[in-house]
Amino acid sequence: MKGTNLGEFEEVVLLTIASLMSDAYSVAICDEIERITERKITLGVVHSVLNRLEEKGFVSSQLGEATKVRGGRRKRYFEVTHAGKATLMKVKEQRDELWSLIPEFNLKMI
Amino acid sequence: MKDEKAPNPPRLADKFLEWYCRSEVLEDLQGDLYEHFDRNVTQKGVRKARAIYWLDVLKFFRLYTIRKLRIFNNIMTFIMFKNYFKTSVRSIARNKLFSAINVIGLAISMSIGLLMIVFISEVFSFDKFHENGDRIYRVNNIYQEQLEDPTLFATTSVIMAEKIKESIPGVESQVLMTRNFGGDAKLGDKVIPLNGFWATEEFAEVFSFEVLRGNPKTMLFEPNSIVLTDESAEKIFGDTDPMNQTFTLKPNYGDEEIFKVTGIIKKPPYNSHFTFQALGSYSTYMHQNAKDEEGKRWYNAWNNMWMNYVYVKLEPNTDVEHVNQQLIALGEQESEKHERFTITSTLQPLYGMMAGPALSNNIGPSIGGEIIWILGALTLVVLLSAGFNYTNLSVARSLKRAKEVGVRKVIGATKRQVFNQFIIEATVISVLSLFLAYFLFLVIKPYFLGLDPSIERSLHLDITAKLFLYFVLFALLVGLLAGFFPALFLSKLQAIQALKNTGSTKLFSKVNMRKVLIVVQFTLSMAFIISASIAYTQFKYALDFDLGFKTENVLNVELQQNDWQKVETAFAAIPDIEAISKSAMIPSVGSTYLVDFKYGNDSTELSYNTIDENYIDLMGHEIIAGVNFSKKIAETEESEIVLNEEALKRFNLGTPNEAIGKRVSIEDQVVTIIGVVRDFHFDKLEQGINSFGFRNNVESFYFANLKLNTTDLPATMVKIEEAWNEIDPVHAFKSQFYDENIEMAYSQYILMGMIVGFLAFVTISIAALGLLGMAVYTAETRMKEISIRKVLGATEGSLIGLLTSGFMWLLIISATLAIPLTYFFFEQTILNGIENRAPIGPLELFTGVLIIFSIGIITIGSQVRKAARANPAQTLRSE
Repeated sequence: MKGTNLGEFEEVVLLTIASLMSDAYSVAICDEIERITERKITLGVVHSVLNRLEEKGFVSSQLGEATKVRGGRRKRYFEVTHAGKATLMKVKEQRDELWSLIPEFNLKMI
Repeated sequence: MKDEKAPNPPRLADKFLEWYCRSEVLEDLQGDLYEHFDRNVTQKGVRKARAIYWLDVLKFFRLYTIRKLRIFNNIMTFIMFKNYFKTSVRSIARNKLFSAINVIGLAISMSIGLLMIVFISEVFSFDKFHENGDRIYRVNNIYQEQLEDPTLFATTSVIMAEKIKESIPGVESQVLMTRNFGGDAKLGDKVIPLNGFWATEEFAEVFSFEVLRGNPKTMLFEPNSIVLTDESAEKIFGDTDPMNQTFTLKPNYGDEEIFKVTGIIKKPPYNSHFTFQALGSYSTYMHQNAKDEEGKRWYNAWNNMWMNYVYVKLEPNTDVEHVNQQLIALGEQESEKHERFTITSTLQPLYGMMAGPALSNNIGPSIGGEIIWILGALTLVVLLSAGFNYTNLSVARSLKRAKEVGVRKVIGATKRQVFNQFIIEATVISVLSLFLAYFLFLVIKPYFLGLDPSIERSLHLDITAKLFLYFVLFALLVGLLAGFFPALFLSKLQAIQALKNTGSTKLFSKVNMRKVLIVVQFTLSMAFIISASIAYTQFKYALDFDLGFKTENVLNVELQQNDWQKVETAFAAIPDIEAISKSAMIPSVGSTYLVDFKYGNDSTELSYNTIDENYIDLMGHEIIAGVNFSKKIAETEESEIVLNEEALKRFNLGTPNEAIGKRVSIEDQVVTIIGVVRDFHFDKLEQGINSFGFRNNVESFYFANLKLNTTDLPATMVKIEEAWNEIDPVHAFKSQFYDENIEMAYSQYILMGMIVGFLAFVTISIAALGLLGMAVYTAETRMKEISIRKVLGATEGSLIGLLTSGFMWLLIISATLAIPLTYFFFEQTILNGIENRAPIGPLELFTGVLIIFSIGIITIGSQVRKAARANPAQTLRSE
């Protein structure tokens, strides 16, 4: 396994998958990230990140039913695995801890 | 959704994606791209959407999307190879009969294939030892007399060499050579016959024969210089140093001259397209032949082109076609000065001369491209036939292998892997065959070399390491081709079908191919056997043909420059010789002498033979009017002639009796017709009978014709040879019976008969083997059916009929194809235009077919009978 630490973009993708629930397939993920972050995201980047996440065991995927759109090609739906959830939680905890360490006035000064 | 004509993503990009993308990823990736594309079409327009699609496809070319590298698959194949090999060997060992049939059939045909490989590679290796040989060309002349067909000659005129030097740029060096240099070299009491060429001093510049002694540049410069091969130098001078020594050379024609040895060349290797024992300096030849005005005129004549060879070495990077064009233009320009003939010239490359077109007056024996093509094609036919066997038997037997294929496929073998497996099995068989084929090749090689004296003289058929490599490649290729169809067929089987219907022949019902292949095999076999018998009939016909004179017990002895009077006196002392005559040539064996023949204003060409007064009686020619020649001792002016009937007809000389006493002229010499002989076949039977005359001139005898009357032929021959050796101890006694001469003249039929006969034998054996395999297979698979039929009351005879009829039909179809095809082939091409020939009768056409039918019946019958006789209880019990 590659390292289990999560990159920034990986984290975003993983969170998006979790938020999209059962509709998490690459194009939808891509659109959602674009909407939230207001960044221009290319499909290729999302794809390679999804691939990496799957390799790390944070997401699992399965093919859906064939539909008339997409030239009849099936969609690959992603789901956050238990390991993925755990990692997300851990990252959030770390952040929260860091946040809690910052005194309020310090934040205002910035 | 969208309207019907929804724009599609660019196809090429799509194809590319499908090509590189691994299958697990492809589907959803492609789907995503399609979705994006559709979105882009509505947002940005079709054109832009397509461009983006292309970009995306290229962007997705990443490590995780692309297929596993090919090498990975190859490693898999390699690992599996061991398995394939093992199953192949097991399957071969399990089916001994089928494997044996395949191996033997392939080995027989491959041995011929090996022979062809060696033969062709040797023919094309000729002359490769010359440095820069790819720049060496020979000037060939095309001679056309008035409206006759043009003839291609390997020779050109002497003047050509000069004209090339003057007017054609791009020639680095050139050598002019002329035939008929040689004669008897005399040194002390030694007499050694030599022959070779007159050659100009550039000889060693053009060719790379190894010069051992002497200056290669100048050794052929001075008049009366001679260059010997190391072999002939040793014969003449023994151990003494031959350089700068002199000896006398008595040529075959003309006066003795003294020559000085100026160089020694290593004996030409066998793979040179011409060979020599000595070279004379060209300046000598020029002095001899261009002495006076008339000599000079002929020497430089444009049509003095029968004996001279010009080889040119072009400068590097010269356009050959350009030089050729200039040469042709030169020929056309020069020929315009002459009315009677056109002579043009072209270049022939040195490499491949051995396999070049048939040329008149060639410098040495050549095999001829045509023969190579014919032999190559015949070999291919035989190979195909054996390949068909393999294909047929394998496909037939694939019924039994189907289960194996099914299991393999269920486990996960791909189509390609199954294909590979069966190809490997075929290759294993063909490599096995190669070993056997090699031994067979060693057996047939001497027979092939012995087929024709000219083959034996110029070819060795040595085997080199490179050829072994070719052999192996050849075996692999044969395996690949033979195994292709069965492998394709088996790999296409569906796993479910193969496993479910193991017993069903339905799977294979579509395979009509098998029948087609059998028909082709037998058609070829029949065609071969019919051709062989036609060739044999032609040969017998030619030998038994009544030529119009008698050739029995006539021994023709070459005089070899000896005085005929001496020879005659010596032979006259032998009592077993009934009569002796002399002649200039031997008619009816293929060569003719021609002379201008005139009567009044009309002129034609007359074939002739110069004879003495005994010849007509000795040969049994019938004089139908007038008289024979009378005895002449010394040279007198030629004044009489004896003509044949055809010559009288040609000039309307009336009846034979009327013609006597009329005067005609030959070579501008007026002669009187003193006799008329009945027409006889003076040329080969392929030609008709034209005007012929017997001339009488004691100057030009080359043969003594001895009529023998003996009970002890060997003893007589010894006596004759002893008498010869007394007169001429130097030259070996050369003689041949007239009947042998004639047999030699028609040896092409024998040669053809032998080659085709052998091939017929081979193809028949192979086809019979294949048939045997098929019969065994049929009997095996239909055993149960046979048993049931038998139980229900079928007789043995009706069962045999049932099983045989299918094969018989195939044979009948083959026969109906083979007979007319062969008949028309011979009528239209080979025998077309031959004047006297045996007709192709039903005997020739049907004997071969009958032989094949009987072989077929025996092969099938033996198996079928076994099946029909088997006890049905035995077969049915095992159910």
